[in-house]
Amino acid sequence: MSAPLLEVDNLRVSFPTHQGRVEVVKGISFTLGRERLGIVGESGSGKSMTGRAILRLIRPPGRITADRLAFDGTDLLSLPERKMRAIRGARISMVMQDPKFSLNPVITVGEQIAEALKVHASLPRGEVRGRVISMLEAVRINDPERVARLYPHEVSGGMGQRIMIAMMLIPEPDLLIADEPTSALDVSVQAQVLDIIDNLVTGKGMGLILISHDLNLVARYCDRILVMNAGEVVESCKAGELENASHPYTRGLLAAMPRLDETREELPVLDRAGWGGT
Amino acid sequence: MTSAIFLDNVSISYGETPITHDISLDIAEGESFALVGESGSGKTTVLRAIAGLAPEWTGTIRLLGEKRGHGVDRASVKACQMVFQDPYGSLHPRKTVDTVLSEPLAIHGIGNRGERVEEMLRAVGLDRRFRFRFPHQMSGGQRQRVAIARALMLEPKVLLLDEPTSALDVSVQAEILNLLKRLKREQKLTYLLVTHNLPVVSFLCDRLAVMRHGRVVEVARVVQLRSGDFSDPYARELYAASGGESVSV
Amino acid sequence: MATTRDWLLADSPTSRTQAGAGRLYRLILGLLSNPLTVLGLFIIAVLVTTAIFADLIAPYSPIRQNLSVRLQPPSWEYLMGTDALGRDIFSRVVHGSRITLTIVLLVAVIAAPVGLLVGAISGYFGGWVDRVLMGVTDIFLSMPKLILALAFVAALGPGINNAIIAIAITTWPAYARIARAETLVLRNSEFIAAVRLQGGSAARIIARHILPLCTSSMIIRVTLDMAGIILTAAGLGFLGLGAQPPMPEWGAMIATGRDYILNQWWVATMPGIAIVIVSLGFCFLGDGLRDVLDPKNGESK
Repeated sequence: MSAPLLEVDNLRVSFPTHQGRVEVVKGISFTLGRERLGIVGESGSGKSMTGRAILRLIRPPGRITADRLAFDGTDLLSLPERKMRAIRGARISMVMQDPKFSLNPVITVGEQIAEALKVHASLPRGEVRGRVISMLEAVRINDPERVARLYPHEVSGGMGQRIMIAMMLIPEPDLLIADEPTSALDVSVQAQVLDIIDNLVTGKGMGLILISHDLNLVARYCDRILVMNAGEVVESCKAGELENASHPYTRGLLAAMPRLDETREELPVLDRAGWGGT
Repeated sequence: MTSAIFLDNVSISYGETPITHDISLDIAEGESFALVGESGSGKTTVLRAIAGLAPEWTGTIRLLGEKRGHGVDRASVKACQMVFQDPYGSLHPRKTVDTVLSEPLAIHGIGNRGERVEEMLRAVGLDRRFRFRFPHQMSGGQRQRVAIARALMLEPKVLLLDEPTSALDVSVQAEILNLLKRLKREQKLTYLLVTHNLPVVSFLCDRLAVMRHGRVVEVARVVQLRSGDFSDPYARELYAASGGESVSV
Repeated sequence: MATTRDWLLADSPTSRTQAGAGRLYRLILGLLSNPLTVLGLFIIAVLVTTAIFADLIAPYSPIRQNLSVRLQPPSWEYLMGTDALGRDIFSRVVHGSRITLTIVLLVAVIAAPVGLLVGAISGYFGGWVDRVLMGVTDIFLSMPKLILALAFVAALGPGINNAIIAIAITTWPAYARIARAETLVLRNSEFIAAVRLQGGSAARIIARHILPLCTSSMIIRVTLDMAGIILTAAGLGFLGLGAQPPMPEWGAMIATGRDYILNQWWVATMPGIAIVIVSLGFCFLGDGLRDVLDPKNGESK
């Protein structure tokens, strides 16, 4: 395995409440090479906070602490905000859940993608345009010339998400964090979008962190899986070995999911009292 | 057996925009029927038309054998109720569970409200403690239980379910699905479920209709769903996208 | 009493009363956590107390003239000095609080419900109902408030009651607009659809489901508008169209003090300070209420 792209050791995220500071991420550690890592968990498990914390996108009064949070050898926590901005987008990109809120409604799609590229590299105009068109082709948009001239409200949800991915990948980052990239999309489009992410990530040898609530989806598109519950990693396993998961929470989640060929009369329900879940 | 929901050539529109074309369905009493399809296929609109919330349609809709009018009327209200998708948006933010559940009883002048409310809370598996809570003091799953309880307060025979679990976590989804299955058995309900989640259909339903662009492209039995035995190409595509192995026909 | 507190903050209230009281208690706790709101509350409390006990607080009669002590500067005997007719300004300001409070309350009681109802009906039914009601509203909105109030007072005749009616007529359209905008959002929400499905009538939906949700923003808006209402009333009084002499209305007091503003500054300044402080009090309270009541912050976890 190559040298770790991302090292996370004892990462904690906390927010103040009336009852004092509450940790939503309680000391998680992992390392990531140029591979695909899935983080699964239910709402409130801290999975999205983990993704945001890596990019230092937690706003005060939220607080991030870690024994080590290093990207390609650089310590991210001690980095000044200006240098952090240079890393965000250029070297680590993030795809969010809903494209409708992430795209500027009054700027054309093409210009927004070009903007993402121009922020991090100065290139001649013609080349920028060429790169934008080829990126749109890479996310399998037919007729990229036309789509580049459209405004965000003129594209469908699935296309919007592909445009987001194009925007995030055009500066050729080393690491892509995808936070529920497909949960706002229809099932048939979901697969397309994830296939595109998968192809680009493996093709360019990038690292991927795929954050999702969907165990099956993560198992299909990742090499390794972390299962989170209540701010902690309860299970870490290879994607192929998910069926043999040992932690009762993971097993409970797997069993609670109805299957396509479901014949059980009743679905087993998680006994939350067992491990202090919510 | 009489049909609980009967649709004949129903075309629904919103203003000038046609949403569905010539939908015909026949759902038997006690059956669990699913409408599946992508967003924009018109499946939720069908549900709203049956409920009376989308009054612009042509064709015939029968509820428990009775021809139904275009709006919400007293007969249809007692015959069918609806559970909405978003447990956060379907409960009034300033009303306690008690108020929400008593309301339909008050509208229809049914007495003995306190007892009925407690009984219904028990039926949907909510502790008595929840009776005077506000929605923001409950989790998504608990709210959805309240929404189901509200729909059942008038003892309808038909329940329209609009993606009742898609906003919930997997483990909570399992609880709600179990609850729906139990209620159906106990109260002899007919379900019409709208969803994009085929495994949920496999668990809860007897038959399903696949919708696309406002039309029903295929009606199948759940046994066919389990084996992926569809004849329509789009239905097969949907099946494959949901993680099923494609079967050649 | 720790037990009362526990009862109020209980996660699982056992009765309707407890649930309601708990909500109210949390609201008050929220209000008290903001120092500016507390200041606003304090100012309003002082205003109300002053208005109630004006007869006990004021050392002199607010209308009896004593020409031998006219235009005295502030002193221990006359805390805010005296005016051109030898009346104690402090006593007049104290008694003026009654008039101010009456104006503010009456305007709020008349204008807010009217605006709320018009807006909610307009928004819920839409169509031609909406067009007619909003047309009327827009006609009122398109004219400057003070000018419109002036026109009404001119037509009805000067006097405090007519001033109140005139101000109420000019304030409701703004509330109708807000209530309509909120109703438009609410009427498509699923909880309203659920009530419709249960056979709830339009009147029931508007009265029991939509109005309660519009009320909190209305309370905020009215509280913030109180300052404007006081100023409009003072403006009418200043122009001689509101309260008539010898009523100690603050705006009218400023108007009479205008002649002496260069040499006897206190005559106009003292009631002016009262107007500013009370207006500020309502603004602070309104801001605080917005933070607590606004469903966008209040109800989220």
